[in-house]
Amino acid sequence: MTLNSQELIKLEKKAHELRNLCVDTVVWAGSGHIGGSLSSMDILTILYYKYLNIDPKNPKWDDRDRFILSKGHIGVGLAPVLADKGYFDKELLKDFNHTGSNFGVHLDCHKVPGVDASTGSLGHGLSIALGISIAARQLKKSFTTYCLLGDGECNEGSVWEAAMAIAHYNITNLVTIVDRNQCMIDGRTEDVMALEPFADKWKAFGFIVKEVNGHDFNELSEAIEFAIDEEDKPVVIIANTIKGCGINFMEDDYKWHYGGLDSEKVRLSKESLQKYFEKRVKGV
Amino acid sequence: MAGLTYTMLDAAHLSTGEIYGKVLCDLGEKHPEIVGLSADLAKSTKIGLFAKKFPERFFNAGIAEQNMVSMAAGMASAGLVPFVSTFAIFIAMRALDQVHTDICYQNLNVKIIATHAGLSFGQGGSTHQCTEDLSIMRSMANCKVIVPADGMETANAVQAAYETPGPIYIRINRGFDQQVYKDTDYDFQIGKAVELADGTDLTIIACGSCVHQAVEASKILDSVDGIKARVLDMHTIKPIDEEAILKAVHETRRIITVEDHNVIGGLGSAVAEVVAKSGKACAFEILGIPDTFSIIGLHEDLMSHYKIDTNGILEKVRELMGRDFEDDEDWEDEV
Repeated sequence: MTLNSQELIKLEKKAHELRNLCVDTVVWAGSGHIGGSLSSMDILTILYYKYLNIDPKNPKWDDRDRFILSKGHIGVGLAPVLADKGYFDKELLKDFNHTGSNFGVHLDCHKVPGVDASTGSLGHGLSIALGISIAARQLKKSFTTYCLLGDGECNEGSVWEAAMAIAHYNITNLVTIVDRNQCMIDGRTEDVMALEPFADKWKAFGFIVKEVNGHDFNELSEAIEFAIDEEDKPVVIIANTIKGCGINFMEDDYKWHYGGLDSEKVRLSKESLQKYFEKRVKGV
Repeated sequence: MAGLTYTMLDAAHLSTGEIYGKVLCDLGEKHPEIVGLSADLAKSTKIGLFAKKFPERFFNAGIAEQNMVSMAAGMASAGLVPFVSTFAIFIAMRALDQVHTDICYQNLNVKIIATHAGLSFGQGGSTHQCTEDLSIMRSMANCKVIVPADGMETANAVQAAYETPGPIYIRINRGFDQQVYKDTDYDFQIGKAVELADGTDLTIIACGSCVHQAVEASKILDSVDGIKARVLDMHTIKPIDEEAILKAVHETRRIITVEDHNVIGGLGSAVAEVVAKSGKACAFEILGIPDTFSIIGLHEDLMSHYKIDTNGILEKVRELMGRDFEDDEDWEDEV
């Protein structure tokens, strides 16, 4: 479904705000996985501000939709979203990474309200999401589970174990999204360990594949709604994204998988994010 | 145990794994939230009995242990109580990252019943034997580790595991075990050793298949050597029964541990940690598989080869009883 301009502008503003809060969080934390946080930010924004049926005042609500961040290293991306949703005070983000803080690089579900699973070791999240989806089916609950994977993460064999099982059990109350930013720590995905033909791999495992621009809310919205409505086969959304999206000196550069920002870089980042936002909302 | 009673008749006709399967079926009858998972080893681990009775509550992950373990974690986080069974080596090693991060770190209510442990699948070779799991699982925070002595104790352990929230690792053998308990009607508590023979000359602390061997050894020591050996069935490796160990240190001053596991990191190490902390003099020996990959063979032959059977225990007890060691000054005060 195409979003109306009011809804679109609301999401654009929110994503812009969250990209900035992510930069601030990286500064407070000292460093962080900023590249992959920014490639995922539009996906996180549309999920948290349009689709997830959640109650920040009741984070353990049994019937809530679940969100499993399989690419668990983007704590500096997810924590600002959860803070903004009201799961906890934004001020707490200033303690990120500090000794004794509840906020570390990989978020702990026992310490950060709103986090449904402690992830970080890659290749676990999709299996956890599958287990939750089976439990929902067993317990006759109607919630949806969403799982966001990184593309580099799909080197892990366990991702394909999960994919095989999702198709085998025909799990359709699960929405699988891969952030296809083409980058991993040591280089570009196709140089380190080639994933292509990536869509064909998912198709061969029994999925319907929706390839979208992961920075286009209309395309994301259409694909997510398709995945929610599809009842015959599991769906994976391959969201083509840009690592470090919105910050010109980081964009599409795998070296910005993880890093810190000095005051000059913070200034340049904010400046770039502002320009990026203006460009995005121009046509809306 | 409440409501579930198993007797010698069951043990005579059922392997330890089959008793586990039967108990799980009984628990499943009462508790609809119990689900079962295996990785193409439903038949071998006997969780297949549950699968047959509750096909809609059993999930075969195929030969994909990592996915199986994380799936179980997801199920537990959403309110189910998963029992997971495969061979010990595959869960304690192949899927260890998932056990560590998805079950133990998240402190989820998943019960792992690992079979074919120790050298019980001796003919399988080191790809299928597992003499490392206790060492590994003992160091997983939040996880309790239980090694039942026989089928009856397995029945009690599985029941107790259901009743105790959080991750629990139960390690059982392949096939039949020598019987230690005639029924399930004794005081089984997680974390509490069972004293099977009283004695003050020395204490033999054993777990799993070595418990029967220790009991047999104590009978021979009594009748042939006049040595009164205390025997403790230390079915829970974690949390270890410190009180029973300290009592043994104080009252017998000699301890031998026996286990079907590498001498590094298992029961012997757990007991040694308590003994060392006590600061009391105590002659001490660990019987187990030396730090090596085992030879091929039948379980009982391998237990004999590595001297963790009755004869091996007798030999070590006799040696230890003749050994001099320094008494500390307040020896008499404490005994």
